[in-house]
Amino acid sequence: MSELLADFFLLRDPNVRWVLAGTVLLGLSAGAMGCFAVLRKRALVGDAVAHAVLPGVCLAFIVAGDKDPLVLLLGSVIFGWISIVLMDYLIRESKISADTSIGMILSVFFGLGVVLLTYIQSSGNVNQSGLDAFLFGSAASMLPEDVMVFGLVSLLVIIAIILLYKELKLVSFDPAYATVIGYPMKRMEVVIGTLLVVTITAGLQAVGVVLMASMLIIPAAAARYWTDSLWVMLVVAASVGVMAAISGTFISYSAPSMPTGPWMVVAAAVLFTLSYLFAPKHGEVRRWLSLKKDREKIGWENILKTLYHLEEQDKNTERARTRNEILKKRRVQPEELKKSLQKLCKMNFVSRLPGEPESYLLTALGRERAERIVRVHRLWELYLTERLNIAGDHVHDDAESMEHLITPEIEQQLAVLLGEPTSDPHQSAIPYRHSDKGGDV
Amino acid sequence: MKDQNPPVEVHDLTVSYQKKPVLWDVDFSIPESKLIAVVGPNGAGKSTLIKAIMGLLPSVSGHVLIYGKPLDVQRKRIAYVPQRETVDWDFPINVRELVTMGRYAHLKIFQRPSSDDKERVERALEEVGMSAYAERQISQLSGGQQQRVFLARALVQDADIYFMDEPFAGVDAATESAILDLLRDLRLKGKTVIVVHHDLQTVSDYFDWVMLLNLRLVAFGPMETTFTKENLQKAYGGQLNILSQVLELTRKKEFIREPGHE
Repeated sequence: MSELLADFFLLRDPNVRWVLAGTVLLGLSAGAMGCFAVLRKRALVGDAVAHAVLPGVCLAFIVAGDKDPLVLLLGSVIFGWISIVLMDYLIRESKISADTSIGMILSVFFGLGVVLLTYIQSSGNVNQSGLDAFLFGSAASMLPEDVMVFGLVSLLVIIAIILLYKELKLVSFDPAYATVIGYPMKRMEVVIGTLLVVTITAGLQAVGVVLMASMLIIPAAAARYWTDSLWVMLVVAASVGVMAAISGTFISYSAPSMPTGPWMVVAAAVLFTLSYLFAPKHGEVRRWLSLKKDREKIGWENILKTLYHLEEQDKNTERARTRNEILKKRRVQPEELKKSLQKLCKMNFVSRLPGEPESYLLTALGRERAERIVRVHRLWELYLTERLNIAGDHVHDDAESMEHLITPEIEQQLAVLLGEPTSDPHQSAIPYRHSDKGGDV
Repeated sequence: MKDQNPPVEVHDLTVSYQKKPVLWDVDFSIPESKLIAVVGPNGAGKSTLIKAIMGLLPSVSGHVLIYGKPLDVQRKRIAYVPQRETVDWDFPINVRELVTMGRYAHLKIFQRPSSDDKERVERALEEVGMSAYAERQISQLSGGQQQRVFLARALVQDADIYFMDEPFAGVDAATESAILDLLRDLRLKGKTVIVVHHDLQTVSDYFDWVMLLNLRLVAFGPMETTFTKENLQKAYGGQLNILSQVLELTRKKEFIREPGHE
């Protein structure tokens, strides 16, 4: 295995060099081009076109009699375009909805392609061997001349994307605006359509028609998790495409009976999953962590508030409270209470007094923070009753959650709007800065 | 670039949308350097009208002249502020990139924005009060801020005619007055601004001229003489029974009008 790895990654085998060059270029162009398909919400169109080129390839083979890559390319591009024009026509002119039209074109063209493929295979043409690689791809069976043609096509797509970056960006984001400022939209559509068809065609032999669309869609979908910038997205998607291409090619190289396409898709899907989970800003783990942090914050803010309420109750800010006293005032899991108190001590909002049992006292800092929470809570209650005419006995629960959410700016606005009130709908005092007025809760 | 011709002339324009006629025989000529409100009930064809003028919707008959010439040679002189919902705000670009698109009207294919273009973008961002948000991804903005960004994009285009589709819809009070200031500023610079407007309360305060629309042109002229109770009643007073019946009929028959009989 290590021998194989070395052969592959040190590019000792000249055949590997060729094949890898082809698939890497393909990964780059499909990844980048896929971004535009995904952003223009045309991912499914890409899938349909990929399937629809199969009959074109088969017809080209029947006409030419051999697997000349240029001829196959031509047949593929022609059929790719026919499918685009037909889909467009059906969507625009018929009562059939877009998804139905796309689904129909995809399956009808693909069905036709399989029929032709079966015909060729039964015709006994000696050149046909390996033609079925167009279904799922076989990187290992690519010849240098195939790579030359398909690699060059990929390279051209990449160059076109770089040159037309500005135009592609505008047309993908706001086509109506592009029309108004005089962009030749018909021509742009033709250019984008051609780039799409050509990218798909370039992947015929390495990935195959069945799965080519995933090389357009998955890298772009993964890339969106990493960035909010279009050009970074293009670069990330192209990189994901390259990594998937290398993985798929390697597996196909080490086990030639393995089709390349499915393995590239598996690799791309793994990269997508990693992006979905671990991307720094939009990833799920990031989201879970911030949700967890929010929940913890709500937990310790509630305890802080409870300590404040206890002080309000007996108007005593000197006496430390035990955990049992807190539990009597607020229903909370004892374990959770322990954790929250630990956190509060660490943040210097509460000081722990030793003894049996231990007791807890708000620090000046903690009292200030608690006052703010209580203040926001009562301001919100007042806002709901006074401004939104909600009954006083219905506002407490809402305020329980809003007190953790409302920003200082909104707090300020509320105070101004309500005329710096001093008591809430339940006649509890609204703390203002370091007020130590008491009140019932 | 002052012209003898009016900024926008519309002759006998009929527009159908998905085979359903929504504007019938509209004919008017818009004066220069005015703030013009296009007003009418829901489904009256207000957006349709400005889209058809800009060539975004095909017209069945009639034609449009921009400063006396066909639209296609005058596109650079037209700026468009679409309704906010028409684009995908999750698109991976920031505020500055979106505003820069306004300069694309003056850039050739392959040409990148120059330093002059970039300066104009910064100025426009400042004018709409969005400089501090230039690096933000566009979904991270409030509705009012998104509207300002759209306005900035139209401003950097440096056009002569501005079409705006409900720029005041769903914006906060601060944005509303900011937009109003910008409109007045444009008028001061001699620009013509055509605004689809939904708030009848503010029409006469904000605009000079008003166009009342309901499937056909009800009235068009200076605010004082046109924005009358009578005209409003004509525009808003119930469905035009016979006209809408005929329109429905033409839709069913997929017949709109014989070509060449204007």
